[in-house]
Amino acid sequence: MGAGAHVDMQTISLDQSVRMIPDGASLMIGGFLGVGTPERIIDEIVRQNRHDLTVIANDTATLDKGIGKLVRAKLLRKAIVSHIGLNAETQRQMMAGELEVELVPQGTLIERIRAGGHGLGGILTQTGIGTSVENGKQRVEVAGKPYLLEVALRADFALVQAFIADYLGNLGYALTARNFNPVIAMAAGTVIASADNIVPVGVMSPDHVVTPAPVVDYLVANA
Amino acid sequence: MEPHTIIARRIAKELSPGMLVNLGIGIPTQVANFLPAGMHVFFQSENGLIGTGSVPEEGMAHPTLTDASGRPVMALPGASTFDSAMSFGLIRGGHLDLTVLGGLQVDQSGKLANWTIPNKMVPGMGGAMDLVSGAKRVIVAMQHTAKGASKIVKKCTLPITSTRPVDLLVTELAVIAFRDGQAILLETGPGISTAQVVAATDAELVTPGNVAEMSL
Repeated sequence: MGAGAHVDMQTISLDQSVRMIPDGASLMIGGFLGVGTPERIIDEIVRQNRHDLTVIANDTATLDKGIGKLVRAKLLRKAIVSHIGLNAETQRQMMAGELEVELVPQGTLIERIRAGGHGLGGILTQTGIGTSVENGKQRVEVAGKPYLLEVALRADFALVQAFIADYLGNLGYALTARNFNPVIAMAAGTVIASADNIVPVGVMSPDHVVTPAPVVDYLVANA
Repeated sequence: MEPHTIIARRIAKELSPGMLVNLGIGIPTQVANFLPAGMHVFFQSENGLIGTGSVPEEGMAHPTLTDASGRPVMALPGASTFDSAMSFGLIRGGHLDLTVLGGLQVDQSGKLANWTIPNKMVPGMGGAMDLVSGAKRVIVAMQHTAKGASKIVKKCTLPITSTRPVDLLVTELAVIAFRDGQAILLETGPGISTAQVVAATDAELVTPGNVAEMSL
């Protein structure tokens, strides 16, 4: 291909992006207490009433922010997260048996996702050994030290929030809004990215691309 | 002096220049307020930041610059940001010199319970299990008692955070080290006698002949 002939990604509308997601789908969603979460995709999921979803994410944010909105609208069947402490509604639904919650140590959760996106079956970690996290898991000894076998995680969709994207789908992130985003972008069947700024191809320095374009399937157009 | 202030001031003395330190929420966060002026310590927030500064002035907060409680912070000159896999690689991989965490219970062998009260408070462990299992040194910052009952117990009744014993516990009444399965009283709080610490503590304490008073 000659210089200048880019395979520009077809951006899609917000409405189209969520129409791709069926009820019952599993979603990895970026964000740490709502920072770095694709808020407008969340709002559109609520509007289109996608339900029975499984969410894999760091936390369920707060009642009015990020994933908390999905919890409040009762759209989740299961949440695989490390923390629900700032969302009383998640705790209520869990205790009432309305929502299945799998609590995973944060470092283990991100490594399980990383393994899923990097072609690995799982990881070995000492975190959780001898605690309730070990229940039902296999211990593996390496060089005399015990580790837990934690299996890889993948999802049907990854919903990624970037600071900057170009029309090929290269992504860069802002400060602490990076968190789970580049890791989940590797670990899902379909990767949908939303970005604060979409710029022409060539504007982003190669060194500043954190998620390379080929792993991103769709870029949601900015209004 | 408020119990929280005693604890935070005493723990601040454990920090030295150039250390990479992760402070948990609550009393641990206050430790940063009592560092000697000009001492440079790298503070990590596990959401992906080294060089965490103080809370920004009104109007200066940025929505993508937050600490591990989701609150706005400043980043000091020389700060760095990274994803969550890197952040926990730092924690588990032997790069984190010290973590200071809150506690619900610590038992006499140094095991910490700080993430759940089953059926009552189920916030999730967040990064606590990785921090206690992975940091080079673990210090617990907590009040000595809760509703009159000792939080330093013979054996944790709450689910533990890690089998790895913590290194040091600082309360408003005592500094306690954990070595070889024993809890050793190193210092007493301001104006507190060894007998008062022993009386307020359920766990068995090893009390050396002369226990110093905390210097703050």
